[in-house]
Amino acid sequence: MHIIVCMKQIVDLTKIRIKADTREPVLEGLPVRFGDFEKNALEEAVRIKEKRGDVKVTAVAVGSPKLKDTIKEALAIGADEAVILTDPLFEGSDEIGTARTLARVIQKIGEYDVILLGEGSTDDHTGQAPSRLAELLGLAQVTYVRELEVLEDKRIRAVRDLEDALEVVEVNLPAIVSVTAELNQPRLPPLTAILKAARKPIKTWGPNDIGVTTGEVGAGVSTIIVLSNLAPAQQRKEVIFEGDVDDVVNELLKALEREGVLAA
Amino acid sequence: MSGVLVYSERESVALELLTFASKLERPVAVALVGQEAAARAKNCFTYGAQRAYTSADPALTGLQADVLAEALAQITKQADADVILIGSTLRGREVASRLAQKLNVGCITDANGLRFEDGRLVATRYALGGNTISTQVIKSPVQVIAVMPQTIQAMPTGDGGSAEVVEAKLSLAPSPVKMVERRPKQAGSVNVESAEVIVCIGRGVGEQSDLEMIQALADTLGGVVGCTRPVSHDKHWLAEDQMIGISGKMSSPRLYIGVGLSGQIQHTVGIMGSKVTVAINNDKNAPIFKMADYGIAGDLYQVVPKLTEKLKAR
Repeated sequence: MHIIVCMKQIVDLTKIRIKADTREPVLEGLPVRFGDFEKNALEEAVRIKEKRGDVKVTAVAVGSPKLKDTIKEALAIGADEAVILTDPLFEGSDEIGTARTLARVIQKIGEYDVILLGEGSTDDHTGQAPSRLAELLGLAQVTYVRELEVLEDKRIRAVRDLEDALEVVEVNLPAIVSVTAELNQPRLPPLTAILKAARKPIKTWGPNDIGVTTGEVGAGVSTIIVLSNLAPAQQRKEVIFEGDVDDVVNELLKALEREGVLAA
Repeated sequence: MSGVLVYSERESVALELLTFASKLERPVAVALVGQEAAARAKNCFTYGAQRAYTSADPALTGLQADVLAEALAQITKQADADVILIGSTLRGREVASRLAQKLNVGCITDANGLRFEDGRLVATRYALGGNTISTQVIKSPVQVIAVMPQTIQAMPTGDGGSAEVVEAKLSLAPSPVKMVERRPKQAGSVNVESAEVIVCIGRGVGEQSDLEMIQALADTLGGVVGCTRPVSHDKHWLAEDQMIGISGKMSSPRLYIGVGLSGQIQHTVGIMGSKVTVAINNDKNAPIFKMADYGIAGDLYQVVPKLTEKLKAR
């Protein structure tokens, strides 16, 4: 059995600074890491491997050259090998470009049973990749999965988490599965796993390897124009009380009375 | 002139989108699937639909994304639509994306604002994990925009006198995804979206039995209890519809009190509409204090009971 996990490298969202005058985010120089849901997807793949034995897990990621380092975490968590694409041509791709790139990579890999993704990326969370990839590969899609079970005879059973209901579905493989944070608790790889990961293969593929040209991916063919991307205007008073409990609670109550937000 | 096609499996959201579409001065159609689709058309006509494409094709039972997207792609052609507005529910978001890929066009999901400006549709959505709001337009000749529920206020536009119901001509194969069971979630009795006062808890609240103390504070203020994602989705202490933030509910209370929560952006986007925000946390450096008008850096187990006591004594 072969499980492919598609992962996205994102900037550390907790480290984003906002320019006070323009409300623009400062993204330069931020540390990068994999998104949360992708880690759930990878963890699940590794658990399936640990349970069944006859499973190969391949991690795939498209992003900046920093991926060469970031991908090691995926290998430490338990992927057997990785394919990364760091060519600048892919930069600025919209969801079509990204899905197209991933589809070509997966087609080149060839054989697979399950493609796992997060239900959305932790940064922009458009949630489009699972659906678009499924369409491009002509596969069934099972999204928002919070429980996953591999059945005999190449089938899976999944519990989908929708707003008002849980849906239990079954589908023949191959299929695309997108997962939620509730699926599992991703492991923190021990040092031994991190050391072992250094010997696992990382393939770096470029546009030529997967047959992608300038007219197909990248910012130049994006269907989305971003007019602006700014932090919401938000002014809070940030008055912090510290010290004796009695005193600080009195201070707070006085402030809330002044604001007129306590019921009469 | 090419038209607008609206679809949502939730009627209230379809009516919101129709209200918006009807102002674009273009032909407006709605797609309705399932049994009694024609009966639902009438309401849509009142909100601006001029034509309803209906289908009771059994392949659409269960609303699997692959088949539903194919149906909408076929209806898009029949309706000659170049703008497709879809309700950005979880199901709507995946259908919008699959439809957009079928049509090989751009798509914006989870739009929390939509306007018509300089001859184009301008959508806003959260980006960078809620740190920013991205304002976007789609430049492909056909565009798919999935709009969050309650982004637009639904308003009847007329009696829909000349509107017509058309049975969509669809050629669909059943989805390979088989629904085995559907387990409806128990709806919580708490509505954080409309609450005037919210006491919201996070991971810092250690025991389920502490909820009593939190509820007492909320009761004293005439408010409700909300939570961050781990409390509802991992610990299951509260109903999932009490979760505030991205992938949960948006709130706009008069008073928000965050207790024992760090203030990750995924949560705080859901409290931006609050009039006054208060944070109680023992970590003085927690990001929630940057989102707070007033904060107490202290032990919630001392502060919360004391606050309740003093409020009662007022």
